[in-house]
Amino acid sequence: MALKGFETILAEHPVFKGFDHETLSLLAGCAKNERFRPGETIYNEGDTADKTYILREGDVAVEICCPEKEPIIIESLHGGDVLGFGWLVPPYRCMSHARAVSAVRAMSLDAQCMRGKCDENPALGYAMFQHWVPHLAVRFRALRLQLIDVYGCEVA
Amino acid sequence: MIPRRYRVVHVWPELDDVMSMELAPLDGPSPQFKPGQFNMIYPFGVGEAAISISGDMTDPGRLIHTTRAVGAVSSAITGLTKGDMVGIRGPFGSHWPIEDQTGREIVFVAGGLGLPPLRPAIYHALQNRKDYDGLTIIHGARSPDTLVYPEELTEWKSRFDTEVDVTVDHALPGWTGRVGVVTTCLDRALAGMDAVNVSAFVCGPEVMMRFSAQSLIAAGVPCDRIWVSMERNMKCAIGFCGHCQYGPDFVCRDGPVFRYDKIARRLGLKEI
Amino acid sequence: MLVDHFIADGWRVIGPRAANGAIVYEPLRSGADLPKGLIDDQQPGSYRLTDGNPNRWFDYVVGPQNWKKWLFPAKQKLWSAEKTTDGFTVTAHEESYPKTVLFGVRPCDLSAIEILDSVFDNGDFTDTAYRERRQKTFIVTVQCARAASTCFCTSMRTGPRAKRGFDLALTELGESRDNAFLVESGSPDGDNVLTALDCPAPEKQHHDAAEKATQNAINDQSCHMPDDIRHLLRDNPEHPQWDDVADRCLSCANCTLACPTCFCSDVEDINDLSGDHTERWRSWDSCFSGAFSYIHGGSVRRSTKSRYRQWMTHKLSSWHDQFGTSGCVGCGRCIAWCPVGIDITAEAAVFAKDEE
Repeated sequence: MALKGFETILAEHPVFKGFDHETLSLLAGCAKNERFRPGETIYNEGDTADKTYILREGDVAVEICCPEKEPIIIESLHGGDVLGFGWLVPPYRCMSHARAVSAVRAMSLDAQCMRGKCDENPALGYAMFQHWVPHLAVRFRALRLQLIDVYGCEVA
Repeated sequence: MIPRRYRVVHVWPELDDVMSMELAPLDGPSPQFKPGQFNMIYPFGVGEAAISISGDMTDPGRLIHTTRAVGAVSSAITGLTKGDMVGIRGPFGSHWPIEDQTGREIVFVAGGLGLPPLRPAIYHALQNRKDYDGLTIIHGARSPDTLVYPEELTEWKSRFDTEVDVTVDHALPGWTGRVGVVTTCLDRALAGMDAVNVSAFVCGPEVMMRFSAQSLIAAGVPCDRIWVSMERNMKCAIGFCGHCQYGPDFVCRDGPVFRYDKIARRLGLKEI
Repeated sequence: MLVDHFIADGWRVIGPRAANGAIVYEPLRSGADLPKGLIDDQQPGSYRLTDGNPNRWFDYVVGPQNWKKWLFPAKQKLWSAEKTTDGFTVTAHEESYPKTVLFGVRPCDLSAIEILDSVFDNGDFTDTAYRERRQKTFIVTVQCARAASTCFCTSMRTGPRAKRGFDLALTELGESRDNAFLVESGSPDGDNVLTALDCPAPEKQHHDAAEKATQNAINDQSCHMPDDIRHLLRDNPEHPQWDDVADRCLSCANCTLACPTCFCSDVEDINDLSGDHTERWRSWDSCFSGAFSYIHGGSVRRSTKSRYRQWMTHKLSSWHDQFGTSGCVGCGRCIAWCPVGIDITAEAAVFAKDEE
């Protein structure tokens, strides 16, 4: 029953909705339910990126810490968003802190399991590439916009 | 060409460098205005600045402007106090065609001080909510302490018939709201909408408007149902001085509000 | 002659005079002030007055100045304000513009005045001071019988012969000491002057001679503006020629000052030392200055390339969208008075050639 549930969740998600049934069930084999309490750390910068999360409910703050001041929230993620890219790129480390702001319900995908399946099955690897990269590009574009600080010098 | 005189009846701070003021006319009644139009405000002896009207168009007797101190004139305006006199020319320019969008799903996207020029149109949509299929207000700011009109945003959000999404580019840990650019927030909001029925009004820095329009179009909003408000150097406001030219358009007369498809090609050109 | 008739009738007559080596448009004391016998040799970046046929009154064409300085002064006061105990008062500036004859307006410059008329009465707003000056102005056109090498009115369809827009139009006929003028009227005011002057009616030979003069001015022209320049510039904002011309252009604004249709202006508030009295002045401005496109945070047009593109595209392309005509009348002033000799027709030709 649990596996079927993961497949449905994946099938409805923008990143995975293009995959066929067989691939989804393959990926669902790497899935697990996760819950985080408000304020709970999901991962810390430098942790091994052994999971990626598909948020189902709740809000997550992605933070970068500066020694001399409060951590800066650089992105907030919400139901439907993907949390964590570190699992895709060696050396597979988390590059920021992730903290649950409210009660979070998520599905995690085990990184080693995913990478292993992609290694065994290059077609799956390519499908992952095709569906993950557009999602990454959207996030990347948003971060560029954030970078230029558009509201820094505006007038009414 | 000659300013009419107004009395500052009320001033209140909005942000560190932003204040709002209410003006009452001294030389005859205040003219009707349309949402998105602007006035040239003249503090005595300093010069004029183009400032959009941010009050309610059903109550033109209470003329409200929200101004950020950035130059000599706008700093003089934000330094005005109750009882001071200012000169006003206007209202000038094109407007948000909110009254023509009945039956549509209305999306307002306001980046930073793009909210004051949209507020008269938002007021209209809220007052005539039943005329529209949906109403979503998205406001992006640099950080939580630079959100514009925070009390009103909360009040609008408390209405069951209005969606209000607020996002900031950066925040400190106390902030429990969204962090991310306004387009990310817009993409999410659009995901639940019938995009072909959306009419969108976008106001903010030019880059933010460009990216927002791209998000709207990617979601399927027709490009002739998106409006943006442009900013250029404004001196005369009546099409004589040439400063505000934007391609073939005078921003003071043909704008500031433009339908996106009419200027889309120019938006991608540098130094135009 | 005609100048003296107007002066005797109480008009201020502004007309061509030779001053500082150039033809300027200044008040005339009598017809004797006209620069008879002079011709102008104009080339890209060059202007010289030389001696021509001493019997001819109007063989020079256009000088560095233009008539807009009388109708749209380079500096004008708009209003003043005085501080009071509870604020300030504003007083509109009333100027007194005497009834004025613009004498010797060439067909290209006549078109330029028509263009300014549409700029300062744009359908939504009217510059009332400009309108008053125009209403008090009587225009005597001189049809061209010769062209400078910088002239291209034929391709702009503004000359060398004006058919309307003037009150009176003169065509100088013949080469001899007692050469005649063909005088045509273009308005009821012009008719009245003609009646008062009691000139003999023109005969066929006069019309033929006028036609010959016009043909001569057409034949003299070697510069041409491509017919479809409006669309060529509109469609090529990223053409490499903009970089090429930007390498030569000094962004000095001479072209915009010499141009008879450039209308951009700036406003300035001028205060006295007490701070109690302030005035709003309007003065000519140029799209070649950095401050022209300044919005908070910086100028929109930072490069010379973008400024030249703005000027030329506005003049030849977007002007059509704004006012229904080209903003160029083919007078050639911007060519002669460009310190580096940029020739707008040569620049335009590059766009036309690349389109072929």
